[in-house]
Amino acid sequence: MGNERVNETRRNFLRKSAVLAGTLLASSASQPFTAMIFAANQPDKSKPWYAIGIDIEKCIGCGMCAKACKSENDVPKEPFYYRSWVEQYILKNDGTLKVESPNGGIDGQKQSVPDEEIFKTFSVPKMCNHCEKSPCVQVCPVGATFDSPEGVVLVDDKYCIGCRYCIQACPYGCRYLHPEKKTADKCTLCYHRITKGLNPACFEVCPTGARIYGDLNDKNGVMHKFLKEHNCHVLKPNLNTGSKLFYNGLSAEVR
Amino acid sequence: MEHLYEMLKQVDGYIYPNEIELHWSILIVLYPYITGLVAGAFILASLERVFKVEVLKPTYHLALLTALAFLIVAILPLVSHLGHPFRAYEIMTTPQGKSAMAIFGFIYLWYLMVVLLLEIWFDYRRDLVLWSREKKGILRRIFKILTLGVTDLSPKTVAWDEKLGYIITVVGIPSAFLLHGYVGFIFGSIKANPWWSTVLMPVIFLFSAMVSGIALVMFLYMAVSWIRKVKIDMNCLDEVGKYLFYVLVLDFTLESLDQVHRIYEAEESFEILHLLVTGKLTYTLFILQGLLGTIVPIVTLGIFRIRKPSEKIRKPLYLMSSLLVLMGIFFMRWNVVIGGQLFSKSFLGFTSFKIGLIGMEGYLMTLVWIILPFLILSFFLWLIPPWKKHAEEIV
Amino acid sequence: MPPQLKTLLPLLAVFICLFLVARHFLIPESFGKYGHYRANSMDEIAALPIHYAGKSVCVDCHDTEAAKLSSDLHSGLTCEVCHGPGAKHADDPENNKLEKPGTREFCGRCHSFNAARRTEVIHQIDIKVHNIEKENCIDCHNPHAVWEMKE
Repeated sequence: MGNERVNETRRNFLRKSAVLAGTLLASSASQPFTAMIFAANQPDKSKPWYAIGIDIEKCIGCGMCAKACKSENDVPKEPFYYRSWVEQYILKNDGTLKVESPNGGIDGQKQSVPDEEIFKTFSVPKMCNHCEKSPCVQVCPVGATFDSPEGVVLVDDKYCIGCRYCIQACPYGCRYLHPEKKTADKCTLCYHRITKGLNPACFEVCPTGARIYGDLNDKNGVMHKFLKEHNCHVLKPNLNTGSKLFYNGLSAEVR
Repeated sequence: MEHLYEMLKQVDGYIYPNEIELHWSILIVLYPYITGLVAGAFILASLERVFKVEVLKPTYHLALLTALAFLIVAILPLVSHLGHPFRAYEIMTTPQGKSAMAIFGFIYLWYLMVVLLLEIWFDYRRDLVLWSREKKGILRRIFKILTLGVTDLSPKTVAWDEKLGYIITVVGIPSAFLLHGYVGFIFGSIKANPWWSTVLMPVIFLFSAMVSGIALVMFLYMAVSWIRKVKIDMNCLDEVGKYLFYVLVLDFTLESLDQVHRIYEAEESFEILHLLVTGKLTYTLFILQGLLGTIVPIVTLGIFRIRKPSEKIRKPLYLMSSLLVLMGIFFMRWNVVIGGQLFSKSFLGFTSFKIGLIGMEGYLMTLVWIILPFLILSFFLWLIPPWKKHAEEIV
Repeated sequence: MPPQLKTLLPLLAVFICLFLVARHFLIPESFGKYGHYRANSMDEIAALPIHYAGKSVCVDCHDTEAAKLSSDLHSGLTCEVCHGPGAKHADDPENNKLEKPGTREFCGRCHSFNAARRTEVIHQIDIKVHNIEKENCIDCHNPHAVWEMKE
C-alpha cells in the first residue's frame, strides 16, 4: 500500500466535466427527438412521410377494408393470408376476454356473444404498421425488405429468398409467406396507388372514415389533425418499433 | 393447403390470422442441432490439441472428421427450407449488415474451409503424401490431389504442419463459438417473440451445442470401436464423460436460470408461456429434454465422479447417457424453435404443429438429413482412417 | 515461407478474386441506390395493376347517380365499397359489369345490430325482422337516396 496521496480531485473533476460537455454538444448536433414517434428519423425529408390513423370509435367492423385489400392486391383468397384484417374484442361481464377474427373479417362480423353477457365490445382493424424502426427490415439477411424513402415498408419479391426471418420478427403478425410466390408478403400501403395519387384500397372503401393516412411532414394535413385531436396509441410501444399506425380509442385489452 | 384448414379448427384461443402456419419447421430445428454437433465436436478436439489433454487423443481425429461430416450436411436443411433456394447466394453477395442471419454465408465458409478443412489437411498432410505413394490406381490420384501438391516431407516442413495446425485450432475455438453462437443470437434478438428473446439465448445454445457435440463423439467413439472390434481406451472415455458431465451441469444451470428469471419477473408474456410449457410442451420439455435428456445423464455421470463402477457397467451407461443427451439436445432445439411459434404473438392463443411423412419438411426428409452425415463420416473413415495414420518415424 | 503457405496463400487469393468477380455480376444494378435494397423494386411495385378506380372515375360517367348520392346519408361512401372494384369496368364498361348488391345480408354487413357498433356512427336494424315481407333491402330503399322509398 502506498502512502503518497495523488491530487486526483481537480483533474478528475475537469475530465468528467469535459466528457459531459462533449456529450451534450454532440447530442445537440444529432437529430432531436421526434415527439410523435420516439427518436424517429425520416430517411428522406424531401419526400412525404406516410403514417396511418385508425379511429376505433368509428369502426363498425364491416370488414370492407379487409375485403378490398384482398381484391386490390391479389392476395390469395384462403383464410390464412391477410395484409389487413379486422379483429373483434368482446369483454364479457364475467371478466373474460374473447377475441375473434373469422376469416379476418372479410365477410363482415356477426355478434357471437349475446348482449346480456357483454361488458364492452369493439372492432380493431389491423394492418402493417410501417414501422420507422422496423424489426422486420432489421433482420432481413439479404436486403429484400426495406423502408422506402416515403416511409413505406416494402418487399422486393424478386429478391426475397423466403427465409421467413421477417415473418418471425414482426410483432404484429402482419407478414405471411405468399403460397405461390414463396416470398414474404405484406401490406404495401397500396404503394402502387399512393404513388399515383390514389388512396390505398382499405382507406378508399371505409364507409365511416375510420381509417385515414397521410404525410407526417404536412403540418396542415390529416395526420397532424388526427394526432392533435385524438389521444393516440400504437400497438406494443414497449418494443420501440417506431410504429406509424396510430389508433384513437385503443383500449388496454388490444393486442 | 388442406392441412391449414385442419389446423384452423385446432386453434386454441385467438391467433393473428397470419400465424396459423409455423414458418420454421423441423428443418430449422435440425440446422442448429447439426451446427451444434459440429461446434461441440470441434471444441472437444481442440481440448486435446490446445489444452494438451493427452488422454483424449484417441478421439481427436474422430472428432474432427465428425465435425466435417456434419458441417457438410448442415447447410442442406437450411437451403432446402428456403422459398427460393437458388437465390441463396444473395446472402453472400448482399448480406444486410444488421441481420444476424446474414453472417451465415461467411461464417459457414470460413469455418468449413479455413478452420475444419485446413486443420484436417495440416493434420493429415504427411499421411496423404505417404498414401499417395503407397496406393495404386484411382486412390493414388485422389490422394495426390488432396496433397495440393505440397509433397515435401522434410522434418522442418512437417514441423510447420504442426505449428500451422495449432494456430488454426486456436483460431477455430472462437470460430466455433461464432458458428453456433450466431444461431442463438438469431433467436435471442427477436424482441417480438418472448420465448426466444433473452440475453442468455446465444450462451444456452452454445453450451447445449458443446454438450451435444461431446455426447456425439462419445457415442461415435464407442460405435466405431465396436464396429472395428478394437478395445476402447477407458481412460479416454472416462475423460470425455467427465467433460460431458461438467458441461451438462453448466448447460442445465443456464437453462434453469433462464426459466427461473422468467418465472420471477412474470412480465406480460408469462401467462401464455406458462400455458405453453405446461400444455403443448409438457412431453418435449419436461420429460424428453429435462428428465431423460438432462437429469438422468447428469445423475449417471455424476455418480461416476464419486464412485466409478466396473468397466462392464460404465460402458453401456456411457452409451445410454450419450444417446439420451443427443436426444435431449434435439428436443431442446425443438422446444425453442417449435415452441416459440406455437403461441400467438397476441399472447391470446395457440396454433398447432403438423408434420407429415413426405415432403421437403417431412419425417422422411428429416431422417435423410440425420443419416447422411453418418454416411459421409463412414466415407471419411474409409478414405483417411485415423488408425491407419503412419507412425512418426517413417519419412 | 513454408511450402504449405506457398501453396495455400495463392489459392486463397484466387478464391477471393473469384468471389469478387462473381459478386460483381450477381448483384443487381439498382442495388444500394437508396439503401441496402434494389431500388428498381419500388418502381416494379408501383407498376402493379389497380383494381379499385376511385369515386372520381365512377362519377365521370355515372354523374346522375353521383348527384343523387351527394345529398344522401350514403354520400360519404365510395361507389366501389358496394359495387366492388371498378377499374376493369371503367376501362371496358360493356364487358365488365359490376354488381348491384342489396340483399339483407349485404346491407347487414354495416347495418345489422352489433354491440361493437356505435349507434352514433351507424344506423342499425334487425335484418331478420325488419319488413320481413320484402326479400331485399333495395326492394324498398334506394341505396343512393336511402329515405326515398320505392312505393
